[in-house]
Amino acid sequence: MTTTVTASSGSHAEVDPGHPPTSTGLSNEKVAMWAFLGSECLLFGSLISTYLLFKGQSQPGTIGPDDVFDIPYTSVSSFVLLMSSLTMVLSLAAIQRGDHRLTRVWILTTALLGASFVAGQAYEFTVFVREGMNLRVNLFSSSFFVLTGFHGAHVTIGVLMLLSLYSLSMRGKLPTSKAETVELVGLYWHFVDVVWIVIFTLIYLIP
Amino acid sequence: MAIVTPERSGSPALQQPLNAPVRFLRRPTGYTKGLWGWMTTVDHKKIGIMYSASAFIFFLIGGLEALLLRVQLGAPDQTFLRADTYNQLFTMHGTTMIFLVIMPLSAGLANYLLPLMIGARDVAFPRINAFGFWVFLVGGLFMYSSFFLGGAPNGGWFGYVPLSRNIPGHNMDYWAFGLQILGIASLTGAINLIVTVINMRAPGMSLMRMPIFVWMSLIAQFLLLFAIPVITVALFLLSFDRLFSTNFFNVAAGSDPLLWQHLFWLFGHPEVYILILPAMGIVSEVLPVFSRKPLFGYQVMVFSGIAIGFMGWGVWAHHMFASGLGPVAVSAFSASTMFIAVPTGVKIFNWISTMWRGKLTFTTPMMFAIGFVAMFTIGGLSGVTHGVVPGDTQQTDTYYIVAHFHYVLFGGSMFGLFAGAYYWYPKFAGRMLDERLGKIHFWLMFLGFNMTFGPFHILGLQGMPRRIYTYPEGRGWDVWNMVSTIGSFIIALSIAVFILNMWKNRKPQEVGDDPWDARTLEWTIPSPPPEYNFKEIPLVTSRDELWHRKYTEDEHGRSVRREVVAEQPKMEGTEVEPSGAEGNATPDHVDGEEAHEGSGEEHEEHIHMPSPSYWPLVTSLGLPVISYGMIYKTWAVAILGGVLTVASLYAWALEPATAPEDTPVHGPDTSGDDLEAVPA
Amino acid sequence: MRRNRRLAALSATLLVLLAACAENAPQDTLKAQGPIARQINDLMNPVFIVAGLVFVLVQGLVLFAVIKFRARPDSPEPQQIHGNTRLEVGWTLAPALILLAVAVPTIATIFDLAREPENPVHVTVIGHQFWWEYRYPDLGVVTANELRMPVGRPVELTLNSDDVIHSYWIPALAGKQDVVPGRNNRMQLIAEEPGHYLGQCAEFCGDSHANMRAKAIAMTPQDFDAWVASQRAPSVKASPGTAGEAGALLFSQKGCGGCHTVEGVSEGTIGPDLTHFASRTTFAGSIYDTNDANLRRWLRDPQGEKPGNAMIIPGAPLTPDEITELIVYLNTLR
Repeated sequence: MTTTVTASSGSHAEVDPGHPPTSTGLSNEKVAMWAFLGSECLLFGSLISTYLLFKGQSQPGTIGPDDVFDIPYTSVSSFVLLMSSLTMVLSLAAIQRGDHRLTRVWILTTALLGASFVAGQAYEFTVFVREGMNLRVNLFSSSFFVLTGFHGAHVTIGVLMLLSLYSLSMRGKLPTSKAETVELVGLYWHFVDVVWIVIFTLIYLIP
Repeated sequence: MAIVTPERSGSPALQQPLNAPVRFLRRPTGYTKGLWGWMTTVDHKKIGIMYSASAFIFFLIGGLEALLLRVQLGAPDQTFLRADTYNQLFTMHGTTMIFLVIMPLSAGLANYLLPLMIGARDVAFPRINAFGFWVFLVGGLFMYSSFFLGGAPNGGWFGYVPLSRNIPGHNMDYWAFGLQILGIASLTGAINLIVTVINMRAPGMSLMRMPIFVWMSLIAQFLLLFAIPVITVALFLLSFDRLFSTNFFNVAAGSDPLLWQHLFWLFGHPEVYILILPAMGIVSEVLPVFSRKPLFGYQVMVFSGIAIGFMGWGVWAHHMFASGLGPVAVSAFSASTMFIAVPTGVKIFNWISTMWRGKLTFTTPMMFAIGFVAMFTIGGLSGVTHGVVPGDTQQTDTYYIVAHFHYVLFGGSMFGLFAGAYYWYPKFAGRMLDERLGKIHFWLMFLGFNMTFGPFHILGLQGMPRRIYTYPEGRGWDVWNMVSTIGSFIIALSIAVFILNMWKNRKPQEVGDDPWDARTLEWTIPSPPPEYNFKEIPLVTSRDELWHRKYTEDEHGRSVRREVVAEQPKMEGTEVEPSGAEGNATPDHVDGEEAHEGSGEEHEEHIHMPSPSYWPLVTSLGLPVISYGMIYKTWAVAILGGVLTVASLYAWALEPATAPEDTPVHGPDTSGDDLEAVPA
Repeated sequence: MRRNRRLAALSATLLVLLAACAENAPQDTLKAQGPIARQINDLMNPVFIVAGLVFVLVQGLVLFAVIKFRARPDSPEPQQIHGNTRLEVGWTLAPALILLAVAVPTIATIFDLAREPENPVHVTVIGHQFWWEYRYPDLGVVTANELRMPVGRPVELTLNSDDVIHSYWIPALAGKQDVVPGRNNRMQLIAEEPGHYLGQCAEFCGDSHANMRAKAIAMTPQDFDAWVASQRAPSVKASPGTAGEAGALLFSQKGCGGCHTVEGVSEGTIGPDLTHFASRTTFAGSIYDTNDANLRRWLRDPQGEKPGNAMIIPGAPLTPDEITELIVYLNTLR
């Protein structure tokens, strides 16, 4: 095992057995996830800015948000996604306690809630298309579908990661010592949820 | 440029991992040699060499493109190149030099040096590191394949819409998808290096004790982290417009073409600081060594770099002064552009002060570093003149701008990178480059460079616009264009001298650890370094750690050589790691990184290095497959590429960073036969 | 070594000086021929001088250091100086103050140049790939390739494009402005002396970007009024028995009218309005002086002359005789 170092740099790392000391005390994976999420802020920021810059600029007479948005429906799917963040937290608490069965329950629930969100979005989009709004119609339609499409892709990737965690846990490859893996997937998941809150507020709720 | 790797001992029987049915599908071990060894390496040093070598080849290609452009423009009304060919060449010249030369050269140096400079054994995520390299290479090749598949990108390296949206053919699709692939390489590299520097510094290496090259590279990585997503979005929007007829840049639908410019330059301006900061870091390493004095104003150099990093986000619209933004916006960006010159100028003065009252030796790296200071000053001054908006309305889109950015990118970044190449070549390659040839390279390049780009200032002010494949007589541009063309061939000659120098010195030499009497940790280990870098992770007690081990100061503050090089002090509470079987089988940490701090040379540790892997290479291959499928709207191919990428990612994620079957690397003093029989 | 460095510095200086003594350069930005361009130069010239002084100072310091502090066999180890706070403050503040001194007049000039002009001639400039269209809404004139303007009076250009981004630039008179589709950027030109002022498109716009040139022709107010009158006058009709009759017939037979407007004859809008073609000194994006030889080159192979331009003659190829007839006809369109 690695030695504990009293380094003169002043970083007093709480060294987890099995992890070498890092300069910050955080694991490399955790720092990496935060860095990655920082860059994702710029990604979604650019997409959201594009949508907002196009607001009101579409050719008059073409389809607009008021024609298609169903706020009650989208509120329900937003709530579903929000709840999935709760279940994500519960799964992390469970694995940290060593309750692996419950970990799997909450991971699966999170994945299902996330999948429901994506399915709900997919259904919502088919309705929009039937109402005459496709990618090509105008500025609003292009920017709306691309923004929400990117978000939906991120949620889907999150669901895949959750199912992978589930599978690993089932095979006994996700012990409590690897709880941080769940924490990091959780970080990603919460980020994707926060992005949705921003999108829902700026795009759906604000007239 | 083959690296001589120390021979490892070990019985062949233990080289075959115990599972994996087919021989070549077996995970390569740390002993893998030859081409397969390079293709599966996760060693940051080999990856750095591959980045640098590939980038150098792209430099030759980009340079050839430039020579062709200069032949066409050497005289008025020439027909050497057709208009469309010219447009492809200037687009690819710019794209190549920025994305396939300067960025990967900086990445290569950072990859090689950052772990060494902070006292680490590798980067935080060695396989992601390899992935980043392969993605870069594959992305560059993908983009260049367009030459054979209907024509290279021809809309300029900046791809302004509506032109780039409407150009028929697939040229600009190769540009958009190619840059996306390269963006993935840069982004993963940025995350890797940020985590490495933040988290893996040797004990005692506080942030303000890090070598300045580490600082400048770190800031550049943060800029990449935040800038790449913006161009990613811009390129997606452009691709969707071109492939799926979305309306992002469709003027008829009400879109403003300036949206592209804002997105592009929000990336593009931080990008130029990404291009210059590592070279500034190199100069800040080289000047002190050959002045035998520390870098003047280290803290100011760090903070000015950080200031440039922040302020660089607030100047983007200075690329758009003539686009009709209105006097208020234009004034704001004029002010911010002028003020970013302050932290930049501060650096120039600190470099001069580093040399001041030093004891200067003019080795080749030193000459390139001084050349950087002189040439970058010129580029910086012309940059300030661009900030004067009314003047810029005359200067923008003319050769005066081309002069500016070649002075900062060639006279700046490339001179800095050549300084780094000559300075660290002995460390990477275990050979010294010839000083006489190096000086000939420098003077030829200095002369050729100024002959090529100096006249551009005049041509621009005389009204010659950019991106024109020909010009008529009677504009007064003939003489200076001819001078510039001649200069460009002198540059080419200087590069031939550089190649000759490497060729002449291709045989390994006994270089020693510290041929330059330098200041930083990479010069405490052999040249070239062993795979594990440091026998023992160093303990750092000051900035310029190596210098302080070699030298102390007299009462006047002058360096005095110590009789005995200071030993690395023992750390508190260290325990000697038994070289037994305990715990050696399982990888301790997901990234396989394991530092064995120890004391005393007599305990040869078993140093576990992360194992090679072919998954990074395989995963990277999926990306161009997706891209070809998308460009040609052959969805089956795109999906196949996606499946390949995702499946490889899964396989990669499930593979441990250090293969249990892999035997550890020995330190150099071991006789080599107390290999552990490691359980699978 | 010293000699080489001094030589390099000297030649660099010479280079800069030579810029001022350039041969005839009609698009020279440094030789202002109108008040706007002059105002720009009045701002830039001191800035160039300041930049030049900083250049001399910095390069001087570098050269001095390189010469004075080179290692000699007997030179001692240098003092390990780490920094000097007062110097840092000094060389932070001094450039900041200099830049402030540059920024203030810069911003003042930006706003001054953005002021609405008084009693301007209004012209709508439309950029096409690869030629300039000029419309005078108040005067009822439509022309191409050459911007005719009176001296001494501001000409306010409203810039439109119907395809990609271009940039309108007559260096002797003013800085450039981008011509962006969907936006109405505006700029002014003011000329003091009658004459021909050359310029060209300055934003990469496709294959023949290099061939999209511009020319402003400044005239005395009387000459300008006369020109306006002649442009508004009905065009010459090639009636039976006149010289251009055969060419007029070819003009419609070969499909020219599908792209080009000739008042009373055709209404095409893809190419320039040719109603008063023969009154222009240049054509085809001003890459050619208007003369028979150039017209022959152009009509023989417009794509070869100007790659990627929109002129694809429906009735191509034209025989040499047909070209001759068309040239005669075009010459009647005064």
